[in-house]
Amino acid sequence: MRYPWLRLVIFIVGSLFPVWWLYEAAMNLLGPDPGKIMMDRLGLGALTFLLVTLGMTPLQKLTGWSGWIVVRRQLGLWVFAYIVLHILAYLFFILGLDWGQLAVELRKRPYIIVGALGFVGLLALAVTSNRYSQRRLGARWKKLHRLVYVILGLGLLHFLWIVRSDLREWAIYAGIGVVLMVLRVPAVSRVLPRVGRRQRRAV
Amino acid sequence: MLIKLPRSSECKAPEITPEGIYLSRRTLLGGSLAGLALGALPGMARAAEASRYADVEAGKAPGWFNEKLAATQWQAVTVKGEAVTPFKDATHYNNFYEFGPDKGDPAANGGSLKTEPWSVVVDGEVGKPGRYALEDFVKPYQLEERIYRLRCVEAWSMVIPWLGFPLAQVLKQVEPTSRARYVRFETLKDPEHMPGQRSGFALIDWPYREGLRLDEAMHPLAILAVGMYGRELPNQNGAPLRLVVPWKYGFKSIKSIVRISLVAEQPGTTWEGLAPDEYGFYANVNPTVDHPRWSQARERRLPSGLFSPNVRETQMFNGYADEVASLYTGLDLRKNY
Repeated sequence: MRYPWLRLVIFIVGSLFPVWWLYEAAMNLLGPDPGKIMMDRLGLGALTFLLVTLGMTPLQKLTGWSGWIVVRRQLGLWVFAYIVLHILAYLFFILGLDWGQLAVELRKRPYIIVGALGFVGLLALAVTSNRYSQRRLGARWKKLHRLVYVILGLGLLHFLWIVRSDLREWAIYAGIGVVLMVLRVPAVSRVLPRVGRRQRRAV
Repeated sequence: MLIKLPRSSECKAPEITPEGIYLSRRTLLGGSLAGLALGALPGMARAAEASRYADVEAGKAPGWFNEKLAATQWQAVTVKGEAVTPFKDATHYNNFYEFGPDKGDPAANGGSLKTEPWSVVVDGEVGKPGRYALEDFVKPYQLEERIYRLRCVEAWSMVIPWLGFPLAQVLKQVEPTSRARYVRFETLKDPEHMPGQRSGFALIDWPYREGLRLDEAMHPLAILAVGMYGRELPNQNGAPLRLVVPWKYGFKSIKSIVRISLVAEQPGTTWEGLAPDEYGFYANVNPTVDHPRWSQARERRLPSGLFSPNVRETQMFNGYADEVASLYTGLDLRKNY
């Protein structure tokens, strides 16, 4: 296994946040509505991990270091883990495990529908994230995993539809997402390695 | 001390306790808390009124407020069998977008608001328009303590002991003309002291505006509040003067009021202007009419612990149906949400 320490650090960071939030909630540090806050933080955490995951390929192109690509899968799985926890928090704290109501929400609320679609996409990526699936799917694997761009769009839309009066926070996440997408436009991604080399020479 | 026990220890599984038992537990807890508060009374002479409730942060009340406090009619309206929300929660979990979009922002940023001196403009269809200094504005009225449920449109709720006086008394004083059909309220616009109003990403067109039909405004449950928990209003809760209309969603209860106008036409209100399909002019608490983005059938009564979520059924008109339902006979509440 290459870069075991880097993998371990990411693992620790990923697991530390939910544990820390749980501790805060248990100590009554999250205010009177901790369930809602947990759910919001887990959702934002997932979006953050998604943006970090999508940052790996451009970073690799820019720096030429292969470590970025090595941790990409783990980062992606953290997105999935946070979303699972985000959904559990929603079911438990917001819906109060009212399954009948869940059926209503899934039919009536656009942001819930969009979020659920994003989850289904992530599920497909998580399930096929192993070597075995990569071998079996062959060239189709890459195509399937381009779904991550759609998931980013769905996630941002889901987030946008929750905003009530101030777009600042959303605009920051969306802005980073747009930059990461632009870096994938062939014309841009082709020049990235050159820009990186020039930078390194200058240093 | 009681309140600091982790709530998670109260309940091992998310099982539903019969309502009767649940309510009596609350009463018990409330009773013992009140006992604690009373026990603490002798030691604090000046903070005596504030310590009617546990852990109330002392404020710096203006002179006129302290004078009025002495003649307050305590517990003029109460809520039966429901515990008052802890002061810390009611003052650190707020929607007051003038101070930022997050629940903690109003408490963190509210300190910059200058509430003294403060004046209120009364204009429009009234016999006695004018600009009043706040202390003159409130002078004629006796303070009453009104313990009301507060139901936010976001599906959480609290129980808050307000100090105020019926809006009807004010309206009678200013003599509405026969053309007056609605009351329009306006919050302070002061970007220098209200950071939320400086945000380039805010969707709200400041100042914040709200309105009531005249008969709603004249209803004895509708009050103008100047205090809560036995003290003056903290800035994050709408100091120095706010509306409280307990049978409507919280956003109707406009904060930090600088202008009250009587008007002939239904006034445009902030949230209705922002998203008319989500927030209506009436905004009566109604479990059968959903907000398009979430259900209104139930609410989280705060504090709602992580492992003992305090979720309850929302009541029609927030439990004030007996008092206010007659205001809306013949009105389709589905259309006029």
